[in-house]
Amino acid sequence: MAEKSDLPQGTLDLLILNVVALGPVHGYAIAQRLEQVSRGVVQVPQGSLYPALHRLENRGLLAADWEETESGREAKFYRLTRKGRTQLETEAASWQRLIDAVGLVLKLSEGGAE
Amino acid sequence: MNWWQRLLRRKKMEDQLEKELRFHLEQHASELIAQGLSPDEARRQARLALGGPEQVKENCRDARGTRWMEDLLQDFRYALRMLRKQPGFAAVALLTLALGSGATTVMFTVVNGVLLKPFHYGDPGGLVRLQEQTDWSTPQGNLWAFTYPNYLDCKRESRSLDMAAWSISRGTVSVPGPAEYIDGLEMSSELFSLLGVNVAPGRMFLPEEDRPGAPPVVILSHSFWQRHFAANPAAIGMRLVFDGKPYTIVGITPAGFRLDDNELDVFTPLGQNTSPRMQSRRAHRFGVWARLHSGTTLGQAQAELALVGRRLAQQFPDSNKGRTFIAEPLRPDVGDTRSTLWLLLGAVSLVLLIACANVASLLLARAVSRERELAIRVALGAGRGRLARQCLTESAVLGLSGGLLGVWIAAIGIRPFVAFWPGTLPRAEEVQLDWHVLLFALVISLWSSLLFGLAPALRTPVRELEQTLRAGARTVAGGSRRLHGAFVISEMALAVVLLVSAGLLGRTLLRLTSLDPGVNVHNVVTARTALSPATLANPARIRAAWEEILDRARRVPGVQAIAMLDTVPMREGNNTIGYDLTAAAAPEDKRPFVLANSVTPDYLEVAGIPLRRGRFINDQDRKGRESVAVIDDVMAQQAFPGQDPIGKHVWIGIGPDPVTVVGIVGHVRQWGLAADDQAQVRAQLYYPFAQVPDELLRRWSELMSIAVRTGIDPLSVVEPLRREVRGVSDDQVLYEVHTMEQLAKDTIATQRFLLLLFAIFAGLALLLACIGIYGVLAYLTGQRVSEIGVRMALGATAGQVTRMVLRQSLGMIFVGVGVGILAALAAGRVLMHTVDGMQSNEPSTFIIMIPVLVLAALLASFGPARRASRIDPIRALRQD
Repeated sequence: MAEKSDLPQGTLDLLILNVVALGPVHGYAIAQRLEQVSRGVVQVPQGSLYPALHRLENRGLLAADWEETESGREAKFYRLTRKGRTQLETEAASWQRLIDAVGLVLKLSEGGAE
Repeated sequence: MNWWQRLLRRKKMEDQLEKELRFHLEQHASELIAQGLSPDEARRQARLALGGPEQVKENCRDARGTRWMEDLLQDFRYALRMLRKQPGFAAVALLTLALGSGATTVMFTVVNGVLLKPFHYGDPGGLVRLQEQTDWSTPQGNLWAFTYPNYLDCKRESRSLDMAAWSISRGTVSVPGPAEYIDGLEMSSELFSLLGVNVAPGRMFLPEEDRPGAPPVVILSHSFWQRHFAANPAAIGMRLVFDGKPYTIVGITPAGFRLDDNELDVFTPLGQNTSPRMQSRRAHRFGVWARLHSGTTLGQAQAELALVGRRLAQQFPDSNKGRTFIAEPLRPDVGDTRSTLWLLLGAVSLVLLIACANVASLLLARAVSRERELAIRVALGAGRGRLARQCLTESAVLGLSGGLLGVWIAAIGIRPFVAFWPGTLPRAEEVQLDWHVLLFALVISLWSSLLFGLAPALRTPVRELEQTLRAGARTVAGGSRRLHGAFVISEMALAVVLLVSAGLLGRTLLRLTSLDPGVNVHNVVTARTALSPATLANPARIRAAWEEILDRARRVPGVQAIAMLDTVPMREGNNTIGYDLTAAAAPEDKRPFVLANSVTPDYLEVAGIPLRRGRFINDQDRKGRESVAVIDDVMAQQAFPGQDPIGKHVWIGIGPDPVTVVGIVGHVRQWGLAADDQAQVRAQLYYPFAQVPDELLRRWSELMSIAVRTGIDPLSVVEPLRREVRGVSDDQVLYEVHTMEQLAKDTIATQRFLLLLFAIFAGLALLLACIGIYGVLAYLTGQRVSEIGVRMALGATAGQVTRMVLRQSLGMIFVGVGVGILAALAAGRVLMHTVDGMQSNEPSTFIIMIPVLVLAALLASFGPARRASRIDPIRALRQD
């Protein structure tokens, strides 16, 4: 099993938005998806998932409806609002820029070691 | 959902949160079961993975963003519970605050109605008042009413103002109905449209009716229409005889219309008046109001008027030299009520401050005894800010409830208060509770909550938490003692200010009532008399009409003597004129002034004025004989110092000849008991009514009063007098009937009223300060029970303990009194400037009032001191 790492500050919101962007989904599924997609690298503390969801809903980035799951139970399904989608796009872009920049810096130091 | 929806659906939100988390747990558990775990184990692991459900929920609630509101509601409920649990404290605090804010709200309601509310006219912001201004001053200042020619010139040349002139003209309405003396207004035809007043039913004046020779038309006030025509719409077109002249009624004003504070009965077009004063640049008789054209500023208008003023000064140097015109925003003219009102608002604010200090010290005492509770809550994780907020919410609940009670007090108290006002309160009909007042009450409640809640809130323990918890009841109230001291000191200081002010007012009133008004006020009744309009055309008929009135009045049983005079002592009315001692007139700004009163010979007897030298006016002083005058002590001193005034000449400008002084009489307090000493013009001169020149006779007759000395109750002769003077055409009316005694009393009614209010305020302040000092001392000694126990165990006697406590309270009292004396000196100066007849700070007032306060405060401290001295050392030491 790979080593688990804590989430950098502020990335949880981005990850949640990204997962929800795929289609309406309930909280438990988000938690699972996050763990699966990151292949267990990213440890999402389940306790902080729900406050984050509620915060995003509160800020109007997510909307929620009560719907039935395939198993016939009622669950709260989250979906992305238009505002959420814009937010996701800007955040993802800036995150990508950050990763690229960090990558460049790391390569530079590797080059230096040669 | 916005935040208030979330707040309102709190229950639903909670249910959904619960449901969402349960779904999560069950989903997780069922997956674990599918992986082969036992149901119990699966549920355990699922819960572990999620974390404590309550904590998650709490975090979710925080994320909702309505937390502050929920906390506020919670604090609010908590505060109500605390107040209910301590009804004694709640009652004292609420009563204190209700009195403080109630009194303040009442005063503000009056200030708001009288001083702050704009006029009821359409768009009052654009209205301005025009006045003439001279670069010299008379005793009345340097502002003048307009002359009609000046008004016409300003009106013609102004590009930025629409103007209208008016002049109050009183007179007798004789048809229809019984004769009545009423208030009329001559006005430019534009006045009503300028003010945005709609005349309905009927119409406004037409511009062509505002000219000499136009058909006489009249507009009635709504109340006059109701009074004389029973609000009959058919009154339009009917005839009204006003001052002997028939008018056609063309319109009715809306109900409640007033010009400034004047309630008028009839309105006539000013332009139809053909009297000489309409052509004179010396007859300053006209009010001028104007409206700024949209897009022009007051500054532009003023510059324009100044230009007109300069041009007229060159063109008519005789009358207009040094004279210009000014415009100022039109505000209600309320005279010296303004300073009285601000003074009273200041005084009630002090009461409110004392109330706040009182509640603050009560709250502080409670906060200190709740210190352990608060410390425990801090230990359990409550933030300092959170606790401070809770304390402030408690204060706000107190403050707002107090404020609410205050508004209630104001709502029931405002009418009696207005009725109680001495004389008539200007704009009294505007004094009502409105949203300005409610806003004010809200602001002062919140502001006072902050004032008395801040100290306890900032005391929330954070530092030395452990120490607080451990100390238990064995605290030594060190820090709080100083804070409590500060509250007691400020209460004392404020009480000193109010007590000394009340004392100063009381002494002033005592002094004023013991003053000799200069006339014998007992058994004298005065009244104005309007001659029949038919007699006014001819001077001989006017003289005959007055003769007849005096003759008939003399025959009324109970009348001992009767006289005519033009200005009744101590009643409003101004007969100030400039005089000269040489035939060459001094420049207008250098002339001395005198109060000139035209009287009939019996006036000396009626008024009971002492004759000092020479003789008074007698029946021989008639037209065609030498013009004579009698002067008073003050004028003798002022005009002829060190000389014998008898036989000297004085030019008073009434007729071409000087008057010869034939006698000296005592000074009369013409301006009133209080105001006379400070009056600008105190010199007095009497001249015979019989020698008033014919051309002035009509004008004089409009102003004359009769004064009657009686052997019986003076008011009982009023009705017979009314019947006797009605005259042949039954249209001569007595009005403004007063006894001289009442007039004298009325001149110091304001002082009496202020004294009464200040006495009430001071009494309240004294009571509150005593409650305050009692509460603080009881609390402080309660905190020191174990210390006192130790002292007594070590041999301190009960007497020593009592003295120790009293010493502590005396310290606070003396500092408070010291601060208070300084503040009271300042307050005394304010009173001196606002109240007539007030003299400088008299040390005797301080010497009388301060021991009262100190004694009362000591008495209040005595209870706690005695209780401290009765402490049983053994019980005290065992307490913990």
